[in-house]
Amino acid sequence: MARVDTTTNAGQLLAAASGGRRRVGDRVFSNTAVIAAVTILALLAGVAIFLFAEGLPAVTASASELPEGKTFIDYVAPLAFGTVLAAALAAIVAVPLAVAAALFLTHIAPPRLALTLGYLVDLLAAIPSIVYGLWGIFVLGPAAVPVMKWLEETLGFIPIFEGPASTTGRTMFVAGLVLAVMILPIVSAVAREVFSQTPRKLQEGALALGATRWEMIRMTVLPFGKSSVISGAMLGLGRALGETMAVTIILSVSGIVTFNLISQANPSTIAANIALDFPESSGLAINALIATGLVLFAITLVTNFAARAVIARQNIE
Amino acid sequence: MSRFRWLAVFVAAMALVVGVAACGDSEDSGSGSSGSGNLSGEVAGAGATSQQAAQEAWIANFENENSSATISYDPVGSGGGREQFNAGGVAYAGSDAAISEEEGELKAAQKRCEPGELIEVPAYVSPIAIIYNLPEVEELKLSPETLARIFNQEITTWNDKAIAADNPGVELPDTRITPVNRSDESGTTENFTEYMSEVVPQVWTYEVSGDWPVKGGEAASGTSGVVEAVGAGEGAIGYADASQAGELGIAKIEVGKEFVEPTAEAAAKILEESPADKELSADKYMFPFALDRKTESEGTYPIVLVSYLLACTKYESAGEAELVKGYLEYVISPEGQEAASENAGSAPLSASLTKKVTPAVEAIEAG
Repeated sequence: MARVDTTTNAGQLLAAASGGRRRVGDRVFSNTAVIAAVTILALLAGVAIFLFAEGLPAVTASASELPEGKTFIDYVAPLAFGTVLAAALAAIVAVPLAVAAALFLTHIAPPRLALTLGYLVDLLAAIPSIVYGLWGIFVLGPAAVPVMKWLEETLGFIPIFEGPASTTGRTMFVAGLVLAVMILPIVSAVAREVFSQTPRKLQEGALALGATRWEMIRMTVLPFGKSSVISGAMLGLGRALGETMAVTIILSVSGIVTFNLISQANPSTIAANIALDFPESSGLAINALIATGLVLFAITLVTNFAARAVIARQNIE
Repeated sequence: MSRFRWLAVFVAAMALVVGVAACGDSEDSGSGSSGSGNLSGEVAGAGATSQQAAQEAWIANFENENSSATISYDPVGSGGGREQFNAGGVAYAGSDAAISEEEGELKAAQKRCEPGELIEVPAYVSPIAIIYNLPEVEELKLSPETLARIFNQEITTWNDKAIAADNPGVELPDTRITPVNRSDESGTTENFTEYMSEVVPQVWTYEVSGDWPVKGGEAASGTSGVVEAVGAGEGAIGYADASQAGELGIAKIEVGKEFVEPTAEAAAKILEESPADKELSADKYMFPFALDRKTESEGTYPIVLVSYLLACTKYESAGEAELVKGYLEYVISPEGQEAASENAGSAPLSASLTKKVTPAVEAIEAG
């Protein structure tokens, strides 16, 4: 807030200096900025209103009228579970990898190599998600079949690797890995940005006290970047929650709730379910799909607010 | 476009010209102008995704013949197609299910067509093949009961006694069976589950639905997804449009005393055997079929998908009426059916059926 006041003051000072009137350029700029801000809010409100208005009939409808003859809560619960499971799996895999990659690029790799590699990591974000999906079913899925079989045989006592292992590779395990690759550039870009801003004097101080490079990173870079990495992870999570095409293509969905990651029966996700069922739906079934969209909207909103809260806390510090 | 493709289009167009000319001669109905190459204007349709490949072929051939006409077909799905048709957004619609009273759709469709009448003709008949991935088993025979027990996950290995009983003398591996179903809602699923629930209701106790009812199976999106999944997993079995089966093994299904393959002839035959669905045929130009899936007659393949076209007998403008009429005439003509068969692997309507539904299309006029 304080910052806003100073700029206003500066603007008034400038205006006073130029003859007591704000310049045309200033007015055009400020009006354009206000319109842009309001447009974004209006769009967001429009989407929210649409989801509420179109979703409400399904939320209030009785079980017999809805698809699969379930109440809306029973209908959406497995989907929400699958959505969160897939996104969480992606984040668990992607975040350590992204942090490690960012550390390598900012503190270990020679600058010229770091620049090139940095571009390449960012390039991962430019691949369309449907291509990731195709890569998932044609390459990663078949390649993961023996891995999943091994997981079942050796780690089958852990519920998530209970099996029986899928023979086609279209599992939550593979979908999670593909999502992890997809969110990797987002998380790594945020981490890279903040790691490179670690104050030089802190790093040099640690090294001067006799710290090894790893100790220096552990004592200065990681604490400095911690909250940014968390918020980056949540942005990535947000992307994974809403990802549609890749999951739609890869996942063998079965509408059940299970933590078993390697079997052929997987929970679906909200976005994938909408993509799969919308084309042949009509009437109340469409309202139900839109209402699940509202639930996804809420989940993503909560994730993003959490990310913002972490960033805000870091700024205060 | 390759030279071959142009050649194919040219040949199809010539066939169309000859065919329509022949029609005009024999019927002497005075409507020789339709389809003779001078139709113009734009007509939009929407509906079932199953018809997409066939519609593409029909539209390409029809527009080639009538160069100033533009037909479009948006494969939004059967439900979406019916909805748009009823709302007056499109002139014709494709639907995998005959229109019914459910959610007032039939009434809405009849109202949309006032003062004319609603037309519903079968246009696309596609056999649904049971595809499997067992490299060492070249021929697989399945009785309806075994088929249903595989898909409801009662039978879990290929060397199960029930499968062995259907395939005497065939050495079956002990591979685990991975039944693959569609993850999206589809007419293919609906027709397949309808077949099982009609023929072996004691085994297949689920409701007929476009959404696969059994939990825990392998699921893939779209026909191509199912074919891909079956191809990827040894021991997998799935169901898909016969034309898309590719290199995979196709199971023969027991009908009466023999095992039948999903050929175009065998699929078309079931429409001849099946009576009209009295409940759903509200108007004289509606031809919904109550498919006789339990048929035991020789050489009939009962697992088929029948997709209909919806249209009205009266359209506001003469141009639109002419164009819809011309297009539908082409679609149900032997040439149109042959084009769909080549491009989409569907089963052409039989001559007697074409004769039966032609008056409906002939009735289209401006009003």
